[in-house]
Amino acid sequence: MLSDITIGQYFPGNTMLHRLDPRVKIILLIAFLVEVFAFTSWRAYAVLSALTVAMIVVSRVPFGMLMKSLKPLWWIIAFTFVIHIFSTPGEELCHIWLFSLTLEGVLQGLLICLRLVLLILMSSLLTFTTSPLELTDAVECLLSPFRRFGVPAHELAMMMTIALRFVPTLIEETDRIMKAQRSRGANFTTGSIKSRLQNLVPVLVPLFLSAFRRADELALAMEARCYRGGVGRTRMKQLRVTSLDYVVALCFAGLTVGLIVLVRV
Amino acid sequence: MAFIEVKNLSHIYNADTEREHRAVDRVSLSIEAGEFVAILGTNGSGKSTLAKHFNGLLLPTSGEVRVAGFDTRDEEELWQARQQVGMVFQNPDNQLIAAVVEDDIAFGPENLGVPPDEIRKRVHEALELVGMTHFRKFAPHLLSGGQKQRIAIAGALAMHTRALVLDEPTAMLDPAGREEVLQVVKRLHEEQGITVIYITHFMEEAAVADRTIVMEAGRIVADDEPRQIFAQAARMRELGLDVPVPALLAERLRRQGVKLPQAIMTQSELVRALSEIYGKVEG
Repeated sequence: MLSDITIGQYFPGNTMLHRLDPRVKIILLIAFLVEVFAFTSWRAYAVLSALTVAMIVVSRVPFGMLMKSLKPLWWIIAFTFVIHIFSTPGEELCHIWLFSLTLEGVLQGLLICLRLVLLILMSSLLTFTTSPLELTDAVECLLSPFRRFGVPAHELAMMMTIALRFVPTLIEETDRIMKAQRSRGANFTTGSIKSRLQNLVPVLVPLFLSAFRRADELALAMEARCYRGGVGRTRMKQLRVTSLDYVVALCFAGLTVGLIVLVRV
Repeated sequence: MAFIEVKNLSHIYNADTEREHRAVDRVSLSIEAGEFVAILGTNGSGKSTLAKHFNGLLLPTSGEVRVAGFDTRDEEELWQARQQVGMVFQNPDNQLIAAVVEDDIAFGPENLGVPPDEIRKRVHEALELVGMTHFRKFAPHLLSGGQKQRIAIAGALAMHTRALVLDEPTAMLDPAGREEVLQVVKRLHEEQGITVIYITHFMEEAAVADRTIVMEAGRIVADDEPRQIFAQAARMRELGLDVPVPALLAERLRRQGVKLPQAIMTQSELVRALSEIYGKVEG
């Protein structure tokens, strides 16, 4: 049951999106997200949506997998839509009890939902086309200028690496503990929420204990392998910005300028 | 000078408290480069504590430890000493750092500041040495216990360590995994000339070593060839060790007056010795 949880949903491949430098991908994603929020015209959204669809096609990530990443946020999207259609003043379409449904509301709601969907799809594309290790390396690299302000860039990246390594191990362990407690009569699936939460305590306590023990042993193993923090370390896999990255970045910049012109016209 | 020199080493946990515990008690020993030493002992005999001094994970409360001439008490020399001695721990899950096998093996050389191309070469070589090249891109949690331990060994080899300290590497493995790890260690010792310090409480694993050290309550109580240690099967059992049944049986028969040779470790050796005395048994 717990094996359904996916962290780091990498979909291996060798497409243009996979080959882009992860740092460039992150920066472009941030720029894209800013644009999604900055523009309000339908024309701009048509272009941004087309761009998203094009990227999905280029990435060759199966459409079903992408839809799965939307699933957990489905309720938020629906909720936002409902709030907007009823709370925007304008031409009334129909009246339900105290609330009035307006044409402007429907349009506004659709726009906001489109925003959310684009945002989630593009962010998922980043994690689908970038291996977790590349992501952590990129985060370390992008944060390193902020080190002088006290941002522990290397430590954060190391934490991410270790978390990625241990998530499957801890999930397995949780499964095992739950089975052990179930064999002693614990019930996790029925009863009131309160009793179910109470039943989780005998799962969490051993899980935390073992996590601390693991952390202790891992620290020792890292020390045995001469780990002394980020200073003086080299990396086997180095990030390299290639001509492909420049071309893609330029195309995106061109698109942005085009969008601004389109909106002004 | 020996590769590892331990002089009058004592290690006390929680010193000056009620829970003070002298885990290693005035131990002196030297291990030459290229030796295969097994350290036997039960839980709490101090064998793990002693082993953690060999690469400076623990520092002596008193006495000194020198690895390839480097004194572990000096911070800079400790760093040098640690590069000489790689360590493999008991729990295969808690010593792999990265989410991909090859990245994990690269972790050690990365810490040493080795250039990227050289790291790639070393990772490749190390994987080859432990026979895990095929699993380069695997995630550690998809491997068996024995495979994880082989990756841990490769991680140490990629640092170009001259010695491996294995602290009960097979205690959490099934018999197949145990055999797999032991074979890799044996091969590395024979083919690469790596110094091996193998800590275990399985006596039959000690049989592959050149030399066996037995510990009890923080002290060395025996230090000899495995065959000589096995000849004292009953005493080893008193010390709480898992003595192989053939060795135990041989000693009992000896006491009953059967003239068996001193050093019997395996079932086939016992069968051979008995059939020499009583003639070939039919079937």
